Amino acid sequence: MLVIKDLHIAIDGKEIIKGINLEVNAGEIHAIMGPNGSGKSTLASALAGREIFEITKGTVTFKGENLLEMSPEDRARKGLFLGFQYPVEIPGVSMVNFMKTAINEQRKFKGLEPLSASDFLKLMREKQELVGLHAKLTNRSVNEGFSGGEKKRNEIFQMAMLSPDLAILDETDSGLDIDALKVVANGVNKLRTKNNATIVITHYQRLLDYIVPDYVHVLYKGKIVKSSGKELALVLEEKGYDWIKDETE
Amino acid sequence: MENSQEQILSEVTGSEYKYGFTTDIETELIPAGLNEDIIRMISARKNEPEFMLEFRLKAYRHWKTMEMPRWAHLNIPPIDFQQIIYYAAPKSRPNPKSLDEVDPELLRTFEKLGIPLEEQKQLAGVAVDVVMDSVSVKTTFKETLAELGVIFCSMSEAIREHPDLVKKYLGSVVPYTDNFFASLNSAVFSDGSFCYIPKGVRCPMELSTYFRINAANTGQFERTLIVAEDDSYVSYLEGCTAPMRDEHQLHAAVVEIVALDNAEVKYSTVQNWYPGDKHGQGGIYNFVTKRGICKGDNSKISWTQVETGSAITWKYPSCILKGDNSVGEFYSVAVTNNFQQADTGTKMIHIGKNTRSTIISKGISAGYGQNSYRGLVKVTKNAAGVRNFTQCDSLLLGDKCGAHTFPYLEVENDTAIIEHEATTSKISEDQIFYCNQRGLDNETAVGLIVNGYAREVLNKLPMEFAVEAQKLLQISLEGSVG
Amino acid sequence: MDSESHTYELKNEFIKLYQQNADFLNSNSGPLMNEFRPKAFDDFVKLGIPTTKNEAYKYTHIEEYLKGNYEVEFSVDPFRINLKEIFKCDIPDLDTYVVLMLNGSYYYDNQMPSLPDGIIVCGLNEASVRYPEIFRMHYGKYADTATDGLIALNTLFAYDGVFIYIPDKMTIEKPLQIINISYSFRNLRITRRNLIVAGSGSSCNIVFCDHTLCAHNYTTNSLTEIFAAQDANIEVTRIQNENSLSSHISHTFFHQEERSSVTSNTISLHGGLIRNNFFARLNGTGCESNHYGLFMGDDNQHIANFTYINHAMPNCTSNQLFKGILDENATGAFNGKIYVSKDAQKTLAYQKNSNLLLSPAARMNSKPHLEIYADDVKCSHGATIGSIDAEAMFYLRSRGITEKEARQLLMYAFAYEIINKINIEVLRDRIIDLVDRRLRGELSRCNNCHIHCQ
Repeated sequence: MLVIKDLHIAIDGKEIIKGINLEVNAGEIHAIMGPNGSGKSTLASALAGREIFEITKGTVTFKGENLLEMSPEDRARKGLFLGFQYPVEIPGVSMVNFMKTAINEQRKFKGLEPLSASDFLKLMREKQELVGLHAKLTNRSVNEGFSGGEKKRNEIFQMAMLSPDLAILDETDSGLDIDALKVVANGVNKLRTKNNATIVITHYQRLLDYIVPDYVHVLYKGKIVKSSGKELALVLEEKGYDWIKDETE
Repeated sequence: MENSQEQILSEVTGSEYKYGFTTDIETELIPAGLNEDIIRMISARKNEPEFMLEFRLKAYRHWKTMEMPRWAHLNIPPIDFQQIIYYAAPKSRPNPKSLDEVDPELLRTFEKLGIPLEEQKQLAGVAVDVVMDSVSVKTTFKETLAELGVIFCSMSEAIREHPDLVKKYLGSVVPYTDNFFASLNSAVFSDGSFCYIPKGVRCPMELSTYFRINAANTGQFERTLIVAEDDSYVSYLEGCTAPMRDEHQLHAAVVEIVALDNAEVKYSTVQNWYPGDKHGQGGIYNFVTKRGICKGDNSKISWTQVETGSAITWKYPSCILKGDNSVGEFYSVAVTNNFQQADTGTKMIHIGKNTRSTIISKGISAGYGQNSYRGLVKVTKNAAGVRNFTQCDSLLLGDKCGAHTFPYLEVENDTAIIEHEATTSKISEDQIFYCNQRGLDNETAVGLIVNGYAREVLNKLPMEFAVEAQKLLQISLEGSVG
Repeated sequence: MDSESHTYELKNEFIKLYQQNADFLNSNSGPLMNEFRPKAFDDFVKLGIPTTKNEAYKYTHIEEYLKGNYEVEFSVDPFRINLKEIFKCDIPDLDTYVVLMLNGSYYYDNQMPSLPDGIIVCGLNEASVRYPEIFRMHYGKYADTATDGLIALNTLFAYDGVFIYIPDKMTIEKPLQIINISYSFRNLRITRRNLIVAGSGSSCNIVFCDHTLCAHNYTTNSLTEIFAAQDANIEVTRIQNENSLSSHISHTFFHQEERSSVTSNTISLHGGLIRNNFFARLNGTGCESNHYGLFMGDDNQHIANFTYINHAMPNCTSNQLFKGILDENATGAFNGKIYVSKDAQKTLAYQKNSNLLLSPAARMNSKPHLEIYADDVKCSHGATIGSIDAEAMFYLRSRGITEKEARQLLMYAFAYEIINKINIEVLRDRIIDLVDRRLRGELSRCNNCHIHCQ
């Protein structure tokens, strides 16, 4: 589904990602772990098309197409979803209006008729229940006045609404207490099918107790220095990142 | 009860200005008044080259066509410019080669002010140029600095010894036509400091000038010029005091800063001119034009000021951000107590691309004080990617004072992000009570809270100055709470 | 010729105009209005047309918009046009008492049969004769001709407008909708003078709509004095939608007594020059005064809002929020002032101005000023000028929303904060639609005009 070859990413002329190769297939869950500053969020944002990141080298294909040539919205409509680490607050834009616009843009892209108001509200309710997002939050402006946990839950809610083929969850666990973490993980697991894939980006192992990955990659100084099965996460939890640093340096 | 409170109050306010003494020293004065002959006389006294006299005369002729500015939120009594003495110099050898040649009375004066002129007695790492009335008395550490190519001397000396640099930069940031007081200064300025930091040099010590008004009926008109060449750095400090007198005295200074590519200049002021007594009698009228230009790319000019003195303050240290990616900063604490009035702030003129500016202004009003922030943030048409953040807060102590905020935002480029915030508040009774409960009296509590309020700005001052400024803040507000 | 001498010439033109028409003007208007003219004349001679040297007009070149060849009318509706044939408010379901105004005068055939007893709605000139007690007590009492040449000019040439009186304790459920129409065969100078008096404990909702029906140049100088007695509650909504050739200068004076509450909401959709001056004097304790504005400019429009909120008494609250969206070569200005006098303890006063610049040539100047002489107050102000937030744009686009639609959503969200403060639901919905279309560039420039001038 996603094939990354020798990807280099720079910001303001400074190279952050220094040659990454990664292949993600339908039905898989990949975890990308790494210490702070290793480039995890850069990778996630660049894949979603954030313009401040410059792709200096390499290719990325998504479902057989060149991802790097697409606008952020086209990537989203083709089924790529980014769960933001710090979801931005957008005062005045109501959640309902926001989601309705997003859903209908996606449907238009696929050649479908816009969803009727009642179907849309039904879908909203259904997905709210799935992620345990309080209905009153969807009456507010996008992320405005949401707590940290509510913002993250809102990201998973949007993911449920848009049902992407590939979801990249950037530090979705940060700032969550254990109950919120379970709810978020539960949502991700319920949305999992054999046709979609997930990349979970995290600093800690604890999220992976709830979302069990098929593969774990360690990103360090802009490179994937180790890839292995889910057991790698446990080693990292036990030993920290230092042994990787020692091994690579 | 009432009585004892009043007594304490008067004791405290009476003792507040500890720099109010005069020095009994023979002073050379020229006649009061202003005309072309007086200007020629000043220029002759200073043995100036012809170009300086011309500069002065042009400025004077222009000044005569101008009117006193009235737009500030200040109540300025009429000033008779013909009653002022424009040149006063302590009678002692100019340009003393060693301290032995300096009048011992002068040495004692500055010792008393906490500015010892002996290098060994000074704070390590601070070079001082000391100006009394119209002339520079002594500049310390000159030789040490000269080894690095740094020129630090009085303006009079610079005009004689480095005429090319002076010719090139004097009036280049503040032209003699700039405003009423800048024109007056250009015509009659007597002394001040000159700093030149050569390419690639990081000036190893703080450069500082201490200004002292001593003689009566005189005005002080100093002129400071700082030039920082490519890749250089300097931190400059300025302090000032004056004796307590019943008459008002005029101080109209001009400061110009030029920062070339990658240069950084930090300019800090602790302004403590005599503020007048608690009835508004006497005090300095402080009309100052300070402006820096970030001429080179990636250059930076940072103004920090603590304004506690003067009866009237009219002062807007500004930055012209011409070089791409250049940075301007303005940090200010201004206190007005009793009958003091201040109209102060800054101008940030964004011309270069990706230029940034920060303005933090903290006004404190007590007694009958009137405190105004006036600031302009201008983004010109081609200045893409500009960012400005302005925060100006006012604190009111007492119900007879005033706090005013007059920002101007002028934006001609759609890529700019300009933000201005301001608040006005008083110290809450809860805060005071909390301090009282911990054993602090009201004065100490207010001092503490005010210092906390001003912390953001005080932190920008060089260490030695910060401590001094903190004390000064506390002293200036004494008697403002009952 | 520099603008100084332009202004001077213009001033003399107005002086001459008055001198030539004073007799006619005086004979057509009630004596209580005429009483004010001599002082207005002296003040205008003294003050003239404000130039950019005047702090209040620093960013608005008023004289540029006032010069030119115009006709002037000094009497009430000389042609007896049947307005109802050529104009109909196109807001469906808006249930209001409609008052039509033509070129500054009260339309002769306004009919409001169901108006509750005691409430007076009539022409200003008529009121000056029929209700002299009320008129004398309030007319010219709040708008001081010595403070601004344009106020003097309005008072000098005033001959009609709308007069509204709400007796004590009376509430009008339906909004009063005043529709100001400019309609003529030539360029026209219009002077309009309104007076609204709300008795103690009364409550009303007034909607002003400004329209131009022809593609001529109109310069309108309109002034409204509003008196809110104790415990009165007044809401004023104004929709400004005039043609690109029109220049509209409006002054609104609110005089508030104890515990009165005033809310003004001004939506500037279109116009060549729009200059709104708001003055509120909080003259009793416990007043509330809210002033909101939304302006959208493109082409070469200039839109300026000026406020002066005078907290003269303790325990009052004021809020100001003005938002602007400027595109193409449009310029905007906000010139706000909160004045807290030394007795006005426990004042709460807030002021904010936010602006979006959408094009490289658009310009915005903002002057949010505070002048405070009391210590136990909470005052704050803020201003922002910038383009659309890049981070919010990316967030929307990452959810599959097109760039164009994302911009639209964000602009609309920006504007909604103001629109949401309008309490009349039908009107709010209509404005939501108008603003949405305006921001999409779909709104015909002059909404009700069939000429479609550009």
